Order: sequence, then structure tokens, then C-alpha cells
Amino acid sequence: MCTYLTEKIAIEGSGKGANGWFGLSHATVYVDHPVHARFAHTVNIDFLNPSQGPSARVAVELTEEDALALVAAIQTALGAAPAGLASRDQ
Amino acid sequence: MSDEIIAATVTITGHGGDEIEAYLARPTGSQRRGGVVVIHHMPGYDASTKEIVRRFAADGYAALCPNLYSREAPGASPDDAAAAVRAAGGVPDERLVGDVDGAARYLNGLDGANGKIGVIGFCSGGRQTFLSACSLKIDAAVDCYGAFVVNEPPAGMPASMKPLLGLAPDLSCPLLGLFGADDQYPAPDEVATLAAELDKYGKTHEFHSYEGAGHAFFSSDRPSYRPEAAVDGWQKILGFYGRHLSA
Repeated sequence: MCTYLTEKIAIEGSGKGANGWFGLSHATVYVDHPVHARFAHTVNIDFLNPSQGPSARVAVELTEEDALALVAAIQTALGAAPAGLASRDQ
Repeated sequence: MSDEIIAATVTITGHGGDEIEAYLARPTGSQRRGGVVVIHHMPGYDASTKEIVRRFAADGYAALCPNLYSREAPGASPDDAAAAVRAAGGVPDERLVGDVDGAARYLNGLDGANGKIGVIGFCSGGRQTFLSACSLKIDAAVDCYGAFVVNEPPAGMPASMKPLLGLAPDLSCPLLGLFGADDQYPAPDEVATLAAELDKYGKTHEFHSYEGAGHAFFSSDRPSYRPEAAVDGWQKILGFYGRHLSA
């Protein structure tokens, strides 16, 4: 199925795409068909900067288990660092 | 019949007079022929969709797939374009209809056109096929597992995406529907509801639901591929167009 549902957030940071590093402005998360992964459906995350065109994109396609493990890993990594160390207001 | 074809990227006039990219394939011969508008799926104007366009050309039709993401992502790779359009909220229904209309007009302007137009779409394109066939004068429409024709989309969907069941009285042509019995989007009860609604208005339709097949059973490059359903489905599609798009 195509879920059509898309979670979209504004973000600040950088990503490395096909043409090198660029500043990120948005991320989208959706469960839908992958382009490349060997599954019918995956959790797809795009890190984007639409002002730099469609190719300013870092994409990943993850299994449900691995997407949840990634969430946990991010929380663990942040929990192990002093609060605010990586904040936009650091 | 020769299966010699020629294929090219062309520019067509879509919704609102916009110039958009499209992929055209047609037989090299001079016989009169119908046209087929192929509506690409959400993953975009990609290699598998262009293969479908060429298949129709090899079967004797002029076939054209408008790049529905031309405006947001000209020249981008299909996956980047699809991601950009998804992030921007998707393709509005009104624009889709205008682009399909532009594609149909382009096909009817080609040498050898017999004035008959078929539309086909897979997945999101299945829904858009039904929308097009209820909004435009079409001669034969093929909806391959289009979801959200009957049921209300879940909360959070693009605001422009509405169920289309209320358009059933306006269906302008015979409709071939090919579905997977294991699909949940659309689920078998939605397919049955659509069939009943079309019966109510005396609209010609032919629906087939394949056992053991789910969504996207035509996609030979995905795990959802079901060869038996896909092979039979292609025979039904080409037979249907043969009946309704001949000169």
C-alpha cells in the first residue's frame, strides 16, 4: 500500500548528499514502499533542504525494528551526554 | 503486428497551461491507433513506469506518461522528485486532472490518432485514474489497486485527497479494476462497495480480485510481485483496451 501519510518537521543541522554537505531545513518520515531496500515497506526518512532543490536530500529506508532501534540509540546517545550539549542554543 | 516502437521525452501542456515533461512511446508504423495515458505511481516517473509506457506502444498504442512532479522537481531523479513532492503535500487532484487532460489532448494530436483515449494507473495512480475517468471524457479506464476511492483517508492525509465515490455517476467510460484479494488498501469490502455503486448507476465495469495477491502485484521489481496475477492482469488490460480503443 501507499500510506500517503507523512510526518514532516523543521530541523537544523547538516547532511551529506550526492553533491556533498548541505544545510538541512526539514525531515520527513513515512512508512511506504522503499526505492532500494529489499522489503515491500520500510520506514523512510528524508533529510531535505527544498530551497536547494530536490537533490538536496539524504535518504534512508529502514525496517520497523531498526527504525525503533535507531530512536533508542539516539535517546541513549543524548542521555549519555550533558543536557544541552548538542542543543541549537548551546 | 510489428512491435517496433519509438520512445522519447516530450513537453506537453498540462494543467493551467504549464509546460510539463512527459514520456512518449508509440509504434513506428502508420496505422490508426488509440492513445493510452499512463499515470505514474507515487514513487514517481520512474524506470518501471516508462517500461509500462513502452509495453503499450509495443501493443499498438501511442502511450504517454506525464511527469506529475515536473513542476516541483524538473530534472531531478525520480526518487528525489517523489520525496520533494511528498514533503510539499502531494499532487492536488485538480492539477492531476488537468495534466491527464493535457496528455490526452497531446495523444489525440499525433498522426494516426483515432481519437480514443485510455487511462491507466497503479496504486495512487489507480485512484487518479478513477478521478480522471469521472472528470474527463475517456474511452476506457484501468484502475490497478487504487486506494481511497471509497473510504475516507486517515487523518493527516493531504487535505486535497477526498474519497471519490460520489463521482461515480460521472464515470465517462468502462472501468476495468484489478485488485489483490489480500490488499487492505483497497480492501475487498471497498472494492465491493465501489462495484455496487457503479451497478447502481448502470456504469459498465469489470473487476477482478486475485487470490494470493496483495497490493502492487504487478511490480516485478518488488517482493509484492505475483507472476500469475500480473500475467493474467496484463492480458485483461490489453484485451480491454483492444475492445474499447480500436479505431
